[in-house]
Amino acid sequence: MGNPIKNASVVNLDTRRMTAFPTSTTTQPLNAQEEMVGPQGRKPGKILSRRNIFIYGTLTLVALYYLLPLYVMVVTSLKGMPEIRLGNIFSPPLEVTFQPWVKAWSEACTGLNCDGLSRGFWNSVKILIPSVILSISIASVNGYALANWRFKGAETFFTILIVGAFIPYQVMIYPIVIMLREVGLYGSLTGLVLVHSVFGMPILTLLFRNYFSSVPQELFKAARVDGAGFWAIYFRIMVPMSLPIFVVAMILQVTGIWNDFLFGVIYTKPDLYPMTVQLNNIVNSTQGVKEYNVNMAATILTGLVPLTIYFISGKLFVRGIAAGAVKG
Amino acid sequence: MSAKVAAIPMIATALCVFVGGTVWTVVYSFTSSKLLPKEKFVGLSQYERLWGSSKWLISIENLAIYGVLSLIFALVIGFVLAALLDQKIRFEDTFRTILLYPFALSFIVTGLAWQWILNPDFGVQHVVRSMGFESFAFDPLYNSDIVIYGVLIAGLWHETGLIMCLMLAGLRGIDEDIWKAARIDGIPMWKTYLYIVIPMMRGIFITAIVLIASGIIKVYDLIIAQTGGGPGISSEVPAKYVYDAMFLSQNLGQGFAASTMMLLTVIIIVVPWAYLEFGGKRRG
Repeated sequence: MGNPIKNASVVNLDTRRMTAFPTSTTTQPLNAQEEMVGPQGRKPGKILSRRNIFIYGTLTLVALYYLLPLYVMVVTSLKGMPEIRLGNIFSPPLEVTFQPWVKAWSEACTGLNCDGLSRGFWNSVKILIPSVILSISIASVNGYALANWRFKGAETFFTILIVGAFIPYQVMIYPIVIMLREVGLYGSLTGLVLVHSVFGMPILTLLFRNYFSSVPQELFKAARVDGAGFWAIYFRIMVPMSLPIFVVAMILQVTGIWNDFLFGVIYTKPDLYPMTVQLNNIVNSTQGVKEYNVNMAATILTGLVPLTIYFISGKLFVRGIAAGAVKG
Repeated sequence: MSAKVAAIPMIATALCVFVGGTVWTVVYSFTSSKLLPKEKFVGLSQYERLWGSSKWLISIENLAIYGVLSLIFALVIGFVLAALLDQKIRFEDTFRTILLYPFALSFIVTGLAWQWILNPDFGVQHVVRSMGFESFAFDPLYNSDIVIYGVLIAGLWHETGLIMCLMLAGLRGIDEDIWKAARIDGIPMWKTYLYIVIPMMRGIFITAIVLIASGIIKVYDLIIAQTGGGPGISSEVPAKYVYDAMFLSQNLGQGFAASTMMLLTVIIIVVPWAYLEFGGKRRG
């Protein structure tokens, strides 16, 4: 009974070796070539090697796949409804029309309001600006207090804050509804601003604490010797020295708050809904004839703000999400 | 003194919202609260009802399928793309910009875009059929058996770029000498990745897993935009169950019980990770 199993495993090993062998023979010549040239670069002039075709081919295909939804959205939003009904979603528009964009912005209906997405856009702006300012001010002061002043119990509260970042929002939404109702802010933009500041706090505090910890301690001590207090050091030394991290935090918050849906739908009421909520109500409303071109124009309009920030900020955006991503 | 005053918002948030809110919800999940929270304790009966409800069971099943598949695909695709981008290629920035842009968009925008592409009457199915393949069927959003895979397509489109960026950062942190040594030893590239580089990137992988997992549990907007939980209740998820119970069907107790179960899931995922990451370091 033992023998067949042993044999089988030997065969297995052999087949594994057999499959491994051809791949290594195909890559080995390439490796050998690279060794000859040295690690600084490949032999010039040989652009169409099999390896390059594979790498660039795969990446181009993947990139096209990633661009496809954006392309389809743009193309659809520029067509008229008759053309959409007859044609193919991937084909470019035969007759370009900007009517769907106008309609999405100023005429599309949600419930009884027929003033388009513009209402949601301005609501989002009204939510965004105070939320970004408030959350970054609070978090930067927190980070500064944690990094430089180390008061009693600071680490405990910081740990709670970071652990809190992992708690699903669903656990905390109802207690917050009650708190906001008690102070009369439930259903108002102010309430939503407070909610965004609270939920933005863990990541931003971590971001600022780590950044301020890397500022040389001598600078802080010198300012203390000169008699500067908590706020003087914060405003005259820390803030001017940390502008890059403020920009990163801003990118993180602007995209995060603009893209929020859950808090918007819970803590505001219909005429104060942010853009994402209104967009969803326009597109997924069950009343009337579906106008796919208007829907797609509305979708692009909503995505435009974060996309603009993304394309302008480039590497800083990556830094922001990396900071947000590596929470621990 | 002013340090303490300045930290009041942080202390208030930590104590009132994070600790207070969580404890409150867990406590009230044992009550029979309906329209308004009330202190009538009924033991585990909310949980019994929860686990007897088909909507909740479907939510859990969807979350499990979506979670496992999106974890596997995001890690594999993210790593392969990062490895391709790490080959000292030209236009690296262009490719990275294209692969990461979906992450800047909201789940609502993502969901609506894919809802349109997967629309059976106009989207991919229609296009393939009009090319002559009359019997071609691809309508995940209208077929309750495969709807969650339709959501998965959109979810992966949204998040893979981020995982790729994390992996790329990890690959850049690998010492160049390791590659030289592997090359001199004649170890094929795929073997170097599999047996040397990936084990070295353990930390990045764990971060990526925790990141994806904590995102999966929160999945809500994507479902709302793409399917609304349909067809029927076939694409429900726990986060939507909680919202519906609390704000639509005035069944607060169910909402609290369901959100407590979500919390429990997170604890099961995060605690071993935190133990490995931080507990291990202190001892070592």
